[in-house]
Amino acid sequence: MSNQRVIDQLQLDLESLPDWEDRYAYIISLADRLAPFPEKYRTDTFLVKGCQSRVWLHAEINSGLVTMDADSEALIVKGLVGMLMMIFNNRTPEEILQTTDGFIEVLGLSKHLSQNRSSGLASMIKQIKLFAIAFMAQHA
Amino acid sequence: MSDTQTIAPPFDIEVLRNEFPNISDTAASGRPIVYLDTAATAHKPLQVINRISEFYSKQNSNVHRGVHTLSAQATAYYEESRKEVQSFLHAESADEIVFTKGTTESVNLVAYTWGERNVGAGDEILLTEMEHHANIVPWQMLCERKSATIKIIPVLDNGELDMDAIDSLISEKTKIVAVTHVSNTLGTINDIATICDKARRHGIVSFVDGAQAVMHLEVDVQKIGCDFYAFSAHKLYGPTGVGILYGRKALLESMPPFMGGGAMIDTVTFQKTTYANAPGRFEAGTPNIAGIIGMAEAIRWFRKIDVNQLAAYEANCTSILLDTLRSIDNITVLGAAEHRIGIATFVADGAHAHDIGILLDEQGIAVRTGHHCTMPLLQRFGVQQTVRASLGAYSNQADVEAFGNALQKSLRMLQ
Ligand SMILES: Cc1ncc(COP(=O)(O)O)c(C=O)c1O
Repeated sequence: MSNQRVIDQLQLDLESLPDWEDRYAYIISLADRLAPFPEKYRTDTFLVKGCQSRVWLHAEINSGLVTMDADSEALIVKGLVGMLMMIFNNRTPEEILQTTDGFIEVLGLSKHLSQNRSSGLASMIKQIKLFAIAFMAQHA
Repeated sequence: MSDTQTIAPPFDIEVLRNEFPNISDTAASGRPIVYLDTAATAHKPLQVINRISEFYSKQNSNVHRGVHTLSAQATAYYEESRKEVQSFLHAESADEIVFTKGTTESVNLVAYTWGERNVGAGDEILLTEMEHHANIVPWQMLCERKSATIKIIPVLDNGELDMDAIDSLISEKTKIVAVTHVSNTLGTINDIATICDKARRHGIVSFVDGAQAVMHLEVDVQKIGCDFYAFSAHKLYGPTGVGILYGRKALLESMPPFMGGGAMIDTVTFQKTTYANAPGRFEAGTPNIAGIIGMAEAIRWFRKIDVNQLAAYEANCTSILLDTLRSIDNITVLGAAEHRIGIATFVADGAHAHDIGILLDEQGIAVRTGHHCTMPLLQRFGVQQTVRASLGAYSNQADVEAFGNALQKSLRMLQ
């Protein structure tokens, strides 16, 4: 699935849920989709700055695709991380950089997330894009 | 301005709540919010909001400069505010009241002026394990400048200070003891009179952080016997950006200025400036005049309430809050001090504080999550992220019940 298709599907899913409890339950359920986080990366080096709860993100490039491992100690944030991985994991750096941050709006997330939380989400996306830029530079 | 209080009407929570637009007029904010974050900042009663607005719309002028009527009037209000604070704290003289930006600035002022003069290499500063970062960091910075060290009065498992440890922590090198009156994380009310007495008998200066105390307890700096006492107006139902440093007159007079500028001088030439007496010496520049007048109004508003009736009312709400939390499985409340105010900080087994905060917010409940600027204290209790519910005079049983139900629901969602 292209990442636009993933975003469209997430949007459909979220919009079909009538109330906030179901939407949160859905977001939390996305945490289960994350692969177990390799313990060796659970260090300060891989902490994402700007999040209220701790979020770890590790990325490498394999055959032209950015592969990431991510985790959070808080469940809702972990669900959001799961959502970001569905959108960004195993994509080319170009695909990652082409995804505009407008999808936060599209998913209705900014409505549900207070300022602090959406800026935490923005920090994660920024970190993912920084990795993409770094990998592109390596291969340029 | 006198100490004779008007006879307080019986404490009526509904009447009181109606004085707070942010509490009673929930339509204004779009949806009802149960505000359990008063320890961070309190809502303001209409009397305070109106006073500030009246100052700007009818009286605005600078203070201590100029003969014109408006300036003289503003100066009079400004100095009356100082007297209001003096009377509120039972200080001996209005000259002992310095206007600052808040508790944080008050601590820094003492650390930079008194500290700069009186603390040297090898000296010790005694703090407690439950201090807010505002009453830690300025002292650490002083210690770095002076090669002095910090000693810590430990906190016991029940959230009280280990009073027995104090004697052995005091040494000939101890220059100042800086203690919080009430813990912003545990709610514990400390026996500061005993601590200040110990300090005085050893010739040690005492500093009390009253940020969480003045809105719950009667504070009498002379009975406490402290040398310095600090608080912020915004936690006392007043405006942000204003606070108080009380200092014993002899001490304030012995201290060099903090910041230089207008209003803190006696005479200025390019060769030499002589400084005004305290408290003016510490009030450089145009002060937060409207804020200071608003703070005095908040004190007037607060003093209409009988503090004993208020304390009894708040104690009842606090015990309902604690019972609610203790009745929920997997919740641990930090500390269990006998003397406490309406603050409950807790962790839940298997649920992260941040998640709880998000789901409470979705249900219209405002609480604080995180470390509450007391990282050393949380470390002592072996936790990192916590949830804190804190009560104000306007909090009621319905608030606590709504919180309890919303918390149960949040925990179910996070299972
Ligand atoms: C115990 C204590 N001390 C100091 C402060 C700092 O107060 P302010 O931020 O108003 O300067 C606070 C406020 O959070 C507090 O609770």
